[in-house]
Amino acid sequence: MDYKIQDPSVPGPSETPSPVTDRNSGPRSGEQPSTIRKFLLSRGSSAFADKGFRWLMVLCAVSIFGIVALIATELTLRSQLTISKFGIWFFFGSAWDPVNGNFGALPFIFGTLVSSLIALIIAVPLAVGVAVFITEMCPLMLRGPLSFFTEFLAAIPSVVYGLWAVFVLVPLLREHVNPVLIKLLGWTGLFSEPNFGIGMFAAGVILSIMILPIISSLTREVMTAVPQSQREAVLALGATRWEMIRVGVLRNARIGIVGSIILGLGRALGETIAVTMVIGNRPQIVKSLLAPAYSMASVIANEFSEASDDMYLSALIEIGLALFIVTIIVNGLARLLVWAVTRGAPARA
Amino acid sequence: MTNHYKSSAANRIWRTVANHAATGLAVLSTILVVAPLIAIFIYLLYKGASSLNLAFFTQIPKPVGESGGGMANAMVGSGILLAVASSLGIPIGIAAGIFLAEFGRFSRLANAVRFTADVLNGVPSIVMGISVYSLIVLPLKHFSALSGGVALGIMMIPTITRTTEEMLLMVPHAVREAALALGVPNWRSVLSITLRTASPGVITGCMLAYARVAGETAPLLFTAFGNQFWSLNLNQPIAALPLQIYVYALSPYDEWHRLAWAGALVLIFLIVVSVSLVRYVTTRGVLKGAS
Repeated sequence: MDYKIQDPSVPGPSETPSPVTDRNSGPRSGEQPSTIRKFLLSRGSSAFADKGFRWLMVLCAVSIFGIVALIATELTLRSQLTISKFGIWFFFGSAWDPVNGNFGALPFIFGTLVSSLIALIIAVPLAVGVAVFITEMCPLMLRGPLSFFTEFLAAIPSVVYGLWAVFVLVPLLREHVNPVLIKLLGWTGLFSEPNFGIGMFAAGVILSIMILPIISSLTREVMTAVPQSQREAVLALGATRWEMIRVGVLRNARIGIVGSIILGLGRALGETIAVTMVIGNRPQIVKSLLAPAYSMASVIANEFSEASDDMYLSALIEIGLALFIVTIIVNGLARLLVWAVTRGAPARA
Repeated sequence: MTNHYKSSAANRIWRTVANHAATGLAVLSTILVVAPLIAIFIYLLYKGASSLNLAFFTQIPKPVGESGGGMANAMVGSGILLAVASSLGIPIGIAAGIFLAEFGRFSRLANAVRFTADVLNGVPSIVMGISVYSLIVLPLKHFSALSGGVALGIMMIPTITRTTEEMLLMVPHAVREAALALGVPNWRSVLSITLRTASPGVITGCMLAYARVAGETAPLLFTAFGNQFWSLNLNQPIAALPLQIYVYALSPYDEWHRLAWAGALVLIFLIVVSVSLVRYVTTRGVLKGAS
């Protein structure tokens, strides 16, 4: 689903040991157009058509800026009402009362942050484990099918995840997992009755399944970008395979791994449908993770079409604007980190 | 390295144990990751296959309480939405990709476009939905297939742009220079030589974009809106497969749950087919490029 995920499968040679180094520092991108080409271009007899074509392409490329700018201005304009009425307090108020025109987004922000955090806590160790297994340990024969499998996990639409979560995951959690959690971790107050099945924890679990492929395939990408000589050097010092992975690979790739985790976070923050189906949709801030909650994206999905008055609509759009800004920051940060590693910049800062 | 690496017997045993433990953990996490995928597939096949029949593909939804009915209108609706989306997303996406690879390769503008495309790729789909709602639905005052298609089309652009760029960069310079040396104008050489050579990869990018937006529900909630009846009109609300699955899954009726599973199976099947096709085309394309 996410472009970056299927990205390794696109250029085809992702099965080869080091696609990233091939793609970025190979002869291809370093190859400058030759002087012959410059001569041939300047000699062209169709200068007018060429210029027109060039400008058309530039226009299309610039339209991408236009789209992002349009989204930003549109969201800002349509949420003027609540921005001017509540100001910054919109994000700290916990009242959500459309009837009396009183809006505070705190319960939704809380729900989004906590469910994404649960997702990261579950997904990150697993994703790194899978990436380590696929790049460093597994037999070559298994590598292709396994990476295809994890990439395929990313191509499943979120509504299908939601469907599965509602009918399979939630009953499973309610009957088997949650009672155990209540028994073992009940003393922390994070897992306490009532146990509905749906709620913050269910949302976190389904989110973790959804962001896993993103984190793992990007982690794999930065790990393959670590030069083979690093591994060989550590092995030559007499290290075991795990020590080689820890010292030679993970330590070199750590910035990229952090980048991929942040990218997964960006995805989790904006995920709508699957979360809406299992989070319980109740705007409240409680300590128990088993209780129903609400997230920013799901309040928009549920209430947008019922928003009757302008203030209500404006409040929902402002939540959307906040989501937009946060995901832009998170994604930008993640891309910069991933670029820093895969573009051959020194991994050790 | 410090005293970890002293070669005492105890140390060696500890290191061997750590090594095996790490291997075990990596294998375990792989199993834990693959398990949900298999579980999802088994459930889809088990629940979906039993409710797939001819009626599912030929009939429109029945009112609550009546059994039977299908999602024919939703499948056609999804097709129409994808057609609108691709007529917007594919030209812009490919053109931006051409700009990145052929004209602006190392320029600052190109870097900015790349970055913006990545940002656009990360915009949550629900935000895309409300933006298109306020851009198109509010001024026109009604939900429409057109607005749904535009939302999906915008979401296709970044994927297509980046894959087109990567594929064009794989085309050797000699090919371009050969065309220019024959006196072919540059625009012609880009379109019918470079783009043609890279076409398997570019098609791959488009298919990936399709696979991604075909399953999107959130941007359609307030744009295409859904429709229980037949509609081919671009100006009217239209049904879409993911939207229908969403509505049916949250309904309290068993009959609708059954249809939701069947719909999900069809959706997944379409995506599996397109992703495998992509796999096939890419490997073939690479072989061609290598020879």
